[in-house]
Amino acid sequence: MNLCYAIPGKVIEIDGEIGVVDFGNGVRREVVLAMVSAKPGDYVLVHAGYAIKILNEEEAKKTLELYSRILNLVEGR
Amino acid sequence: MDQDLKQILRHYRNPRLARNILEKIHEIAKDLQVVRIMHVCGTHEWTITHWGIRTLLPENIDVRAGPGCPVCITPASDIDSAIKLALDGVNVLTYGDMSRAKGSRMISLEDCGARGGKVGIVYSFMDAVKLARSNPNQEYVFLGAGFETTAPIVAYSVLKGLPENLKIISSHRYVPPAVGLLAESEDLAIDAFINPGHASTISGMKAYKPYFDEVRKPMVFAGFEPLDVLLAIYMILRQIRDRSPKMENEYRRAVTWDGNVDAQKNLREVFDFDDGYWRGVAIVPKSAMNFKEKFSKVDARKIYGLASGKGDHFPSNARCAEVIKGLIDPPECPLYMKRCTPATPIGPTMVGVEGTCRIWAQHKIVGVKCRSGVCKIDSESSPRTKGMLKEG
Ligand code: SF4
Repeated sequence: MNLCYAIPGKVIEIDGEIGVVDFGNGVRREVVLAMVSAKPGDYVLVHAGYAIKILNEEEAKKTLELYSRILNLVEGR
Repeated sequence: MDQDLKQILRHYRNPRLARNILEKIHEIAKDLQVVRIMHVCGTHEWTITHWGIRTLLPENIDVRAGPGCPVCITPASDIDSAIKLALDGVNVLTYGDMSRAKGSRMISLEDCGARGGKVGIVYSFMDAVKLARSNPNQEYVFLGAGFETTAPIVAYSVLKGLPENLKIISSHRYVPPAVGLLAESEDLAIDAFINPGHASTISGMKAYKPYFDEVRKPMVFAGFEPLDVLLAIYMILRQIRDRSPKMENEYRRAVTWDGNVDAQKNLREVFDFDDGYWRGVAIVPKSAMNFKEKFSKVDARKIYGLASGKGDHFPSNARCAEVIKGLIDPPECPLYMKRCTPATPIGPTMVGVEGTCRIWAQHKIVGVKCRSGVCKIDSESSPRTKGMLKEG
């Protein structure tokens, strides 16, 4: 158990407050989604069995783009 | 066009980007004095150590691990209290590494389990609730440690209603005031902070604003991939070069200014934020999440008359307090990798999976070289350094 660690995973299905989240490599777990309003397909950060945040895909891309620009590199096209 | 997030995140380990950012970092650092950067999250320490980031940085850039390991800062007396309950026949539940941290008499919950104490390990607070529910005739106490990442889970469950037979010792701590305290410390003389990524998804950047206003030192919120950390360091150096300290967000895919407002509301509804002890560090104002009066019926401290958490209690010679504060590096402790190893941990920072000693030990870091007041890992002993980032 890692108390400030959180792992990203993809929400597969939702049943009330509980969802099934896919962490890749065939690892799926039940996760409590009560603290976020996630829908299937969203990526959530999961900490100790609870989703604490929906990850923002747009921002993940933007940060990379911003830095590619700073570094005058064209990456990930 | 629509790349899956997993694919995008892969770029955060891109060696070419990493090398380029490192070049920029070296360029800026040439014109700077010694810069001391502190992070306060065990997962940042893991990223930095695992990818050998310290060995790739310029000589004058010193990245220090602050108190970012919940198990390490949980007061010895709270561990003692839990042990006493377990020996008195109460079922004590906690997280795995928490159960291995030793209290003031150098006994852990795990040790006390071996002596007949009733101790159980849970992965999540949800498991504790389930256990209590399926065994209504048993008495359960959950030792809850962790920061604002973990505490909302407990707050949420308390608001929803716990089974009657489950009580909680809340040792939860709130990070922003601790960063404020560290930023003011003259002993540490920290120039800038890498703020915790996951804890800040809850608190939001705004929670750090009063402390930033006080000290006006760069604070960058960073994610946990190697590129995230390098970008954060780059942002910090740029701010220092331009003499314009800011709160900046590198981890925009997860951290926002406002944070998780619902989680904050739950926290404020359930807990008072009192002055509280951080083991090895100090009393940190308004950082201890204690149950409000109206939740007394779940508060194990009130029900069993347990003292509020305090006390360092490290064995003599052990330099845990200095490691936890980020004053020294683990190899400077005489017990490191001698009497104190991951298999035979003495202090809590060798126990907690986010403890600095534990992380350095797992990466077999044995030496540091010190020059002009900055200590660097001996590069030969950091196996990962020669991996991805250098050769790509
Ligand atoms: S090596 Fe062990 S005793 Fe020394 S500081 Fe680390 S945890 Fe404490």
